[in-house]
Amino acid sequence: MGILEVKDVGKRFGGLQALGDVNLSVKENSVHAIIGPNGAGKSTLLNCLVGKLIPDTGSVMFDGQSVLGRTPYEINQMGISRVFQTPEIFSDLSVMENMMIPCFAKRDGSFRMHAIENMMDEKDIVEKAEAMLVDMNMADKREMHAASMSRGDKRRLEIGMCLAQEPRLLLLDEPTAGMARADTNNTIDLLKQISDERDITIAIIEHDMHVVFSLAQRITVLAQGTPLVEDNPENIKGHPKVREAYLGESA
Amino acid sequence: MLGLNKKDMTLLIAVAVLTMFAPFFLNPFPTDSAMAQFNAGYPDLMQRFVIFGIFAIGFNILFGLTGYLSFGHAAFLGVGSYAAVWIFKLFTYNVVPAILLAVIVAAVFSVLMGYVSLRRSGIYFSILTLAFAQMMFALAYSVLSNPKFNLTNGETGLQVYPNDPQMFHPEGMQDFPHLFGLYMNSTYTMNVGPWAFDFNTGYYLCAVVMLAVFYLAIRIFRSPFGMMLRAIKSNQTRLNYTGLNPRPYTLAAFVISGAYAGLAGGLMAAMDPLAGAERMQWTASGEVVLMTILGGTGTLIGPVLGAGFIKYFENIFSKINDAVLHQWFAFLPDGLEDFVVFIIHPFVGKGWHLTLGILFMLVVIFLPGGLVEGGQRIGKWIKNRGKSEDSDAGPKTEPAE
Amino acid sequence: MDAILLQILNGLDKGSAYALIALGLTLIFGTLGVVNFAHGALFMIGAFCAVTLQRFLSLSYQTVSETEKDFLGNPLKVETPYVESWFGPEIGASIIDWSTPLAILLAIPIMMLVGLIMERGLIKHFYKREHADQILVTFGLAIVLQEIVKYYFGANPIQTPAPDALSGVANLGAWFGLELAYPVWRIVYFCFAALVIFGVFAFLQFTTFGMVVRAGMADRETVGLLGINIDRRFTIMFAIAAAVAGLAGVMYAPINPPNYHMGMDFLVLSFVVVVVGGMGSLPGAVLAGFMLGILESFASTTWATTTIPGINQIIIYLVAIIVLLTRPRGLMGRKGVMEE
Repeated sequence: MGILEVKDVGKRFGGLQALGDVNLSVKENSVHAIIGPNGAGKSTLLNCLVGKLIPDTGSVMFDGQSVLGRTPYEINQMGISRVFQTPEIFSDLSVMENMMIPCFAKRDGSFRMHAIENMMDEKDIVEKAEAMLVDMNMADKREMHAASMSRGDKRRLEIGMCLAQEPRLLLLDEPTAGMARADTNNTIDLLKQISDERDITIAIIEHDMHVVFSLAQRITVLAQGTPLVEDNPENIKGHPKVREAYLGESA
Repeated sequence: MLGLNKKDMTLLIAVAVLTMFAPFFLNPFPTDSAMAQFNAGYPDLMQRFVIFGIFAIGFNILFGLTGYLSFGHAAFLGVGSYAAVWIFKLFTYNVVPAILLAVIVAAVFSVLMGYVSLRRSGIYFSILTLAFAQMMFALAYSVLSNPKFNLTNGETGLQVYPNDPQMFHPEGMQDFPHLFGLYMNSTYTMNVGPWAFDFNTGYYLCAVVMLAVFYLAIRIFRSPFGMMLRAIKSNQTRLNYTGLNPRPYTLAAFVISGAYAGLAGGLMAAMDPLAGAERMQWTASGEVVLMTILGGTGTLIGPVLGAGFIKYFENIFSKINDAVLHQWFAFLPDGLEDFVVFIIHPFVGKGWHLTLGILFMLVVIFLPGGLVEGGQRIGKWIKNRGKSEDSDAGPKTEPAE
Repeated sequence: MDAILLQILNGLDKGSAYALIALGLTLIFGTLGVVNFAHGALFMIGAFCAVTLQRFLSLSYQTVSETEKDFLGNPLKVETPYVESWFGPEIGASIIDWSTPLAILLAIPIMMLVGLIMERGLIKHFYKREHADQILVTFGLAIVLQEIVKYYFGANPIQTPAPDALSGVANLGAWFGLELAYPVWRIVYFCFAALVIFGVFAFLQFTTFGMVVRAGMADRETVGLLGINIDRRFTIMFAIAAAVAGLAGVMYAPINPPNYHMGMDFLVLSFVVVVVGGMGSLPGAVLAGFMLGILESFASTTWATTTIPGINQIIIYLVAIIVLLTRPRGLMGRKGVMEE
C-alpha cells in the first residue's frame, strides 16, 4: 500500500474524457514523477488530488482516508501540500510573514481567532519560521516584500512554505517551468536535499525530462488521460510506448 | 507598553492627544473675528468627527485588510441607532445599555448578512451587500413602520415621546441621554481672552470610545488574525492550499466591522436620541468608503484622517457662499474678482459634494494610498531634498502602516 | 385574467428601463471588463437631454399685445417661443409638444460623445486595475456627474410631459375583449425599448464590427492577436452602451419627472438585474430586466402588499439574493466571468 492510492479515477468535461481509469500508487518516502505530453491530463489529475476538482468515478485515498469531497484546505490539513506552476505566494506580505502563515496553519488548524495577540510574541512560530528561512537560504530576505523577489526566490519561498507545514506528501506542478537552466538546477538540488533529509513523499508533475530523471525513483507516464506505464526511470527511458507517446517531442 | 511596539504606541498617543485637545485645535479663531465661522470646535461637529472615525476604522478592518468592498455598512449603523433609541424609549436614558445593545444588534445583523454575502467574492460580494442594505433601508423606511407594527417610525424617524414607558428613568432627571447623570449635551465653555473653547460631555465620551476601539484596531492589525486577513486579500488560493479556511476569517472581520458600525450608530443616537432610515441608504455606505479611501485604505490612521477630513470640509465648504468669496478676492480687480468667484462658486456651499466627488476621483487615480500616502510622499520628498542626486531612491515603498 | 395582464403590462415599462440599463452595463462589462458605477448617471443625463431640449425649444421672446389687456388693464405681454415665430404657430407648437421624442436625436450624439470622453479620458486607465478600483472611480464620477446636473437643474424633479397625442390612456383590452386601461406612453416606451434592444442585438449579430466585439467578449487576448484593433472597437462599444442608457433616460422622462438622483436609484437595481441575469450575458440582462420589472409590479398589487406588507419594496433584492446564492452565475451567465 502506498501513501497515496488513486483507483479508477475518471473525469469528463462535457464531451472530453480528460481522465479515464487512472490507477496510481505512490510509495511512502519516495519521489514519484508523473509525466506525459501536453493534454495528457496531468493537471486534471493533480486537481483531483487536492480537492479543486471532484472526479466523476473512482477513489483517491491518502494514508487510508478518502480525500474526495473535501475542500482544498481540509486536504491540506490532512498532510498534502501543493506547489504551483507559477509560484503562489502572498505577494503583498513580507517574506517572514509568508513563512509564518503556514506555521500558524500547522499549529492552529484551519481557523483560530487570535485577534489580540501580537504575532511577533508567538515565539514558537517566529522561531520555526526563521529556521525555515535559514533552511531555504533566504534569511537575509526576511523583511523583503515578497512581490519584489526574483522568480527563483519566489519558488524557493513557496517550497519552504509548504515544508513549514511538515506535509507527508508534497505535490509539485511543473516546478521548473519557465526557469533558466541555473535556477532549474538549483531547484533540483533543493528537492533532492528535501527528499534526502526529510521524512516526506514527493509527487512531481513535470515536462522537463532532465528534472524527472535527476529526481524520480518511480515514473508514471500518462497519455490521453490514462496511465501508459509505471516503472523505474531506467526502464522508462527506452520504453517503446513512451517513445510513441512523445513522438516528435524531445524525450 | 500595552502590548504595542514603539511606533504604534507613538501613533496611539498622538491620536489621544489630538482627540483630547481637539476643542483647542479646532477653535483657532477668536469668537468675534471674521474667521470664526471656520471654527470647527463646536460639540455637534466634534462628535461627528469621532463617530465617523469609529465607523471608518471598523470599515477599514474589513476593506483595508481583506479587500472585500462592502457597500452596505451604513445598514449596521442604522440598526445600531434604532436599537439605542429603543432602549431610550423602553428603559432608560443611560447610554451604556443603549450602546451595548447597539453593538450586539449590529453584530447579529452582520453575522446574518456576512454569512450569506461572503459566499461570493469580488464584485458579487459588493452587489450582495448593496442589495441587503437597500432591502434593510426599504424595511426601515416603510415596511416596518405600519400602524400595526411600528418598529422604525418610517420617514419621521424613531424618537422618544413623553408617553413612552422608560421604565428605569428616574423622576426629576432631564429627558436627554446621560452617562450615570452626566448629560451628553452638557457643555462647559472656557473663555480665554477673545477665544472660547467648548468641552462637551458627549464628545469626550465618543473620543474615549474611539481611542479604545482604535487601540483594538491596532491590536487586530498586528495580530496573527490580522495577518491572515491581509493574506486573504493577497492570495486566497495560496491560503486555501495552506490549510486555512478563509470563510470564518472574513466573516469574523465582517462582524467586527459591523459591530464598529453599530457602535457608531449607538453613539450617534446617544448624542441625539433620534434614528432615521436615511442613515442606512447606500449612499451613506458610499460615504464611509470615501472616508476610508481618502484617508488611506489598510492603514491605521487613514480612516480617522479621512473621516475628519470629509466631515471638516463638509462643514467649512458648506459655509462658504458668494459673499464670503467676494470678501476673499476683494483684492482682485472687479472683473477678475467676479470671474474667480464665478469659477469657484459651483464647488462651495451646496456644491461640496461636487468637490468631494472630484477629490475622491483624483485620489483613486493618482494617490491610491490616500492622504497617508500623500503625507509619506511629502515626507520623503523633504528628506531627499537635501541629499545629492545620485543617492539611490531606496527600496520599493513599504506598504503604509 | 384582466388583472394579471394589467400587472404584466405595468411591469413592462420599469422592466424596459431595467433591461436597457442592464444591457448597457453588460456590454461595457463584457467587452471592457469594467464595472461601471457611473452607468446610472448616463441614464440620468439622457433624461436631462429631454429636459434641456424642452427648455431650449420653449425659449421665447416677449411682445406687448396691442389689442388684449391683462386683468389689471395694462397691455398684455405675450410670450412667443422662437420656434413658433420661425415655423408658424401650429408647427412650432407641435415641435414643442414633441420635444421629448425629438430629444432622441439630440441624445444620441451627446451620449456617444459623453461615453467617448469617459472611456478615453478615464475608464481606459482602469482596465488593468482591480475591480474595486473601477467601482470606486466610477462611483466618484457618478457623484460628480450628478452634482453637475444638480447645479444646473436644481434638486427638484422637472415635469417633462409626453406629446399630447401619446399622453392619454388607451383601452388595450378592446383588442382582446378585456377591460384594460393603460397609459399610451408606457406602451410607446416598451416598444421603443424593444426596438433598441433588437437593434443592439442585430448590430452585434449581423455586422462585422459586432462579430469582432462578440469574439472579443469571449476571448479578448486572442482577438487582439489577430491584429484587429480591438481597443478602438471597445471604445465605440462604450459609446453605444452610453447611448443606450441615455435613450432609456430620454424616453423615461415623461414617466417619472427627472431629478438628479434618479441615476443612483436605478443603478443599484440595474446591477441587481445584471447579476440576476448573469454577468456578461446580454440576453440574461434583458430577460432579468423584464422579469424583475414584472415581478415588482405583481408585488405591488394590493393583494400582495396586504399579505406581506412592503413586499413590493424588497422583492427585487430578495430575488437577487436567492438567485446569487443558488445560481451563482445568474440565470444565463457563462462560466468564468468575474469569478475568482
